[in-house]
Amino acid sequence: MHQGKTPETLGEELRRRGMSRRTFLKFCAAVASSMALPATMAPVMAEALAKARRQSVIWLSFQECTGCVESLTRSYAPTLESLIFDFISLDYQHALQAAAGHQAEEAREAAMKEHWGKYLVIVDGSIPLKDGGVYSTVAGETNLDTLRHVAEGAAALISVGTCAAYGGLPKAHPNPTGAAAVTDIIKDKPVINVPGCPPIPEVMTGVIANFLTFGRLPEMDALHRPIAFFGDTIHDRCYRRPFYRRGQFAKRFDDEGARNGWCLYELGCKGPVVHNACATTKWNQNLTFPIQSGHGCIGCSEPDFWDKGSFYAPLSTGRWGSAEGIALAAAVGTTVGIGSALLSRARQSDIIRKG
Amino acid sequence: MDLLEFARGPAMQWALILLVLGTCWRIAGIVFLKRKPDLSEPRSHGQMAGALRTIFSRSVPARAFRSRVLYSNLLGYTFHIGLAIVVFAYQPHILWFESILGFQWPALPNAVISVAAVVTLFSLVALLVKRLTSPVLRLISNFDDYFSWAVTVAPLVTGLMAVADVGFGLRYETLLAVHLLSVWLLFAWLPFGKLGHAFLVFLSRGTTGALFARRGART
Ligand code: HEM
Ligand code: SF4
Ligand code: SF4
Repeated sequence: MHQGKTPETLGEELRRRGMSRRTFLKFCAAVASSMALPATMAPVMAEALAKARRQSVIWLSFQECTGCVESLTRSYAPTLESLIFDFISLDYQHALQAAAGHQAEEAREAAMKEHWGKYLVIVDGSIPLKDGGVYSTVAGETNLDTLRHVAEGAAALISVGTCAAYGGLPKAHPNPTGAAAVTDIIKDKPVINVPGCPPIPEVMTGVIANFLTFGRLPEMDALHRPIAFFGDTIHDRCYRRPFYRRGQFAKRFDDEGARNGWCLYELGCKGPVVHNACATTKWNQNLTFPIQSGHGCIGCSEPDFWDKGSFYAPLSTGRWGSAEGIALAAAVGTTVGIGSALLSRARQSDIIRKG
Repeated sequence: MDLLEFARGPAMQWALILLVLGTCWRIAGIVFLKRKPDLSEPRSHGQMAGALRTIFSRSVPARAFRSRVLYSNLLGYTFHIGLAIVVFAYQPHILWFESILGFQWPALPNAVISVAAVVTLFSLVALLVKRLTSPVLRLISNFDDYFSWAVTVAPLVTGLMAVADVGFGLRYETLLAVHLLSVWLLFAWLPFGKLGHAFLVFLSRGTTGALFARRGART
């Protein structure tokens, strides 16, 4: 994405853009603290980042809506985060690259050869597996083949967005294309998930900064998510929590409770079981997040959030399926009861007859 | 499907199926039993009134026994009322009932629920201690008594743990799932063991009351 002579290290790039060391250190401190690293790590990080060489990145887009790319690239005016994003060498990305047609695929092959074993692969979108993967192809190649091929020489993979991380919307019931997540397919490489629909830009750059600094992916939870950003639930950090504790719940989106900023649990907020950084990192340059705007969390960073009942049903709503099972149980129970009563009646009469 | 989805979906459905099946079985099995023929002359015809009166009068200990049963009676009342408050006056619980019944009722603040839960828990522990230390009670207690105690205490403990988010490393969703599973265990066991008294108590007291009334005994 860079024209002309490109600087070799991130430090050079920052100097070229007139970024002061102080601003840079501040950024590193922010990244360090958001990743739960000790403050003493900030200068170390700054040093490592300044020396970091351009990182070759191959971005694969599969069954996706481009919302994730939008979130990450259109977030806001240039900041250090976006600089880091600029600094990586995005060697292949459908939507953003200038090259088109076969040139694009050739550029990808060239980057793979040059950086074999060292490049990062970022994936957005899920991979269809049904019917040999015919439901999504690029340049005549199925997504499945592309992913396997490109992952082979990767240092690590980052699944961006809920689709790449867990299958997402394409996987929603009845999953017509057999959509799968990257982790369902790639088992022999480190894969980190940055789920969200879309994910938070800062989380993305945090993970990349971590990789550039330490040369490896940050610590992850059981669902392959960076613990630093996904360790807490939305509910853990929600500023409406005091209302939850007091049992003050908005009943409608326009009632007095809603106007007073009460808890949105009854309106379907899934915050208690959703892991994401929205309540702390927030959106739009740390300005706000959905709950602050008056809507409950829909759990967009969790697997299968599309299929977990209505966004507006309270969390404790049971999933009934159908009432037939219960009706049948009542019928069977009553029958068995009558049956056993008749049996003991017979025995009773027997005893009475025998005296 | 993760554990919470399993708890919310299939586990809940099966627990309710067992609850309904067992309850219908126990009630039908008793209602359709043959009555023992009572050949004596009835002393009174107010059998229905006697049945109804006994259902309530047995909730108060008879004067003669009052001092001896005071301790366990007070504890019994405390935990039954506490349990009712926790189960029926906590907002997340009410919303669950609403998803079955279609309507809701006012809730109590969470702090009240937490206090009620802790008090309930302590009374249940005190009752277990009494059961274990009294030689007579111990002799007449069987597996059913201890198991019924455990499945009643489990949702209280897991519910409090979920709300306080102390899971010894378990995440909140997992704690919540464990809470739900413990509730389903209670539901599934309820009709089959001594917890069946939740609905059988009215049948047995009513029967006793009717019999006493017929014989002219105090109801
Ligand atoms: C014997 C006692 C209890 C019973 C029978 C019981 C029953 C239930 C039931 C039926 C649900 C709804 C299931 C669902 O979410 O699908 C539930 C959820 C819940 N219970 Fe309990 N519970 C008990 C005690 C407690 C206690 C002591 C607490 C804590 C103070 C508690 C806290 C919760 C919470 C936080 C939820 C989940 C709400 C959500 O889904 O976010 N429970 N319980
Ligand atoms: S609004 Fe949602 S996340 Fe916030 S306290 Fe209420 S339930 Fe929890
Ligand atoms: S608040 Fe919940 S639904 Fe909204 S963006 Fe954050 S994780 Fe997704």
